[in-house]
Amino acid sequence: MTIKILGPGCMNCQTLYRRTEEALNELHIEATIEKVEAYPEIAAYGIMRTPGLVIDEKVVVAGFVPPVEKLKEILLAYRSPQ
Amino acid sequence: MKLVEKYPLGSVLVLLPLWIALYAVLQQVADALVLATGLPQGERLTEAVRFFIYEVPKVLMLLTLVVFVVGIVRSYFSPERTRAMLGGKSLFTGNVLASLLGIVTPFCSCSAVPLFIGFVETGIPLGVTFSFLIAAPMINEIAVVLLWGLFGWQTAFLYVGTGLVIAITAGFVIGKLKVERFVEDWVYEIHSDNPGMEEAVPVFRDRIQSGYSAVGDIVGKVWPYLLVGIGVGAGIHGYVPENFMAGLMGKSAWWSVPVAVLIGVPLYSNAAGIIPIVQALLAKGASLGTALAFMMSVIGLSLPETIILRKVLKLPLIFIFVGVVAVGIIIVGYLFNIIY
Repeated sequence: MTIKILGPGCMNCQTLYRRTEEALNELHIEATIEKVEAYPEIAAYGIMRTPGLVIDEKVVVAGFVPPVEKLKEILLAYRSPQ
Repeated sequence: MKLVEKYPLGSVLVLLPLWIALYAVLQQVADALVLATGLPQGERLTEAVRFFIYEVPKVLMLLTLVVFVVGIVRSYFSPERTRAMLGGKSLFTGNVLASLLGIVTPFCSCSAVPLFIGFVETGIPLGVTFSFLIAAPMINEIAVVLLWGLFGWQTAFLYVGTGLVIAITAGFVIGKLKVERFVEDWVYEIHSDNPGMEEAVPVFRDRIQSGYSAVGDIVGKVWPYLLVGIGVGAGIHGYVPENFMAGLMGKSAWWSVPVAVLIGVPLYSNAAGIIPIVQALLAKGASLGTALAFMMSVIGLSLPETIILRKVLKLPLIFIFVGVVAVGIIIVGYLFNIIY
């Protein structure tokens, strides 16, 4: 699956990136993580708060950084069927 | 922390009385601590130390409580819902509503650009958008609480009231100036077809939880500012002579308001850092209007935020934005100096 972290490179976006990596590692899920830092692209996802987490083009988190445990739940809920 | 997560409501019922009890004895504890250091009474250093030892826990406690309550209140609002409420409102009504919503909607200046785009995209007038963007950082819950705790509720209300007036008028003026052409062109080309995020409706338990996480986030972030702010405040308290500020920042110095704003705009600190300094300045004879103007310009207008907004606004509009708000703050400063 493809995961995108939306955010202009602020502190929260970096934390979200790190935690997502961590959650993926702990779950042993293979995924590509992409950073989306350009504002026009971020805005195209229709979010008004950063950071955003997008799984397979679906926005699942916007405006806050969930803890790793919560991220694991989200990843499991939205993981693409394999 | 685990226990708190498991019993959000129960933990509030335990922690709140604890908070009240601790707050009630704070002064005595601080005095006892100062006495225990063996520093000579009435000396400058002693007074600076006393200020620091008393103010740090006091302000931290106030901050924790307020951030917790605000975290709960904010869980009822979101930029998406605010945008929906602002849709189709006429200019003046829109400005008033946007300024009010700016106080309670969760907002961080790092999200200023996506928020701006989100507003513009759905056709909310620029002037209304600006009212929101001015009120959101300036009327900040931390500032309100600290003012309440350190100066009393009158000052806190005054601050909110004047902040609202500035946000409403500045947004209205910007709206009348027809500045649409000074928004970067690509902003108008964005049409997101992604539905964004569907929001789950939280239950009250979740809201208390968001109160706790707000405390972790915000208090965790601002405490260094607070320590530095109170440290500087303690220094001013102990070492700057009484009435020293009267000449520099007092009523008689007519130029002090614009100068305070000029110094304050490029400075950036969050409310937690600046208010202890303002408190110390006031104690040394600075006038309320000048001190408020200084504080508003530090919190409400910041260089980092203008740099972020430059991504969506062309330079002339940046100057108009900063200029209109700065003029508003200066007027408020003079007004307060005349009234008080």
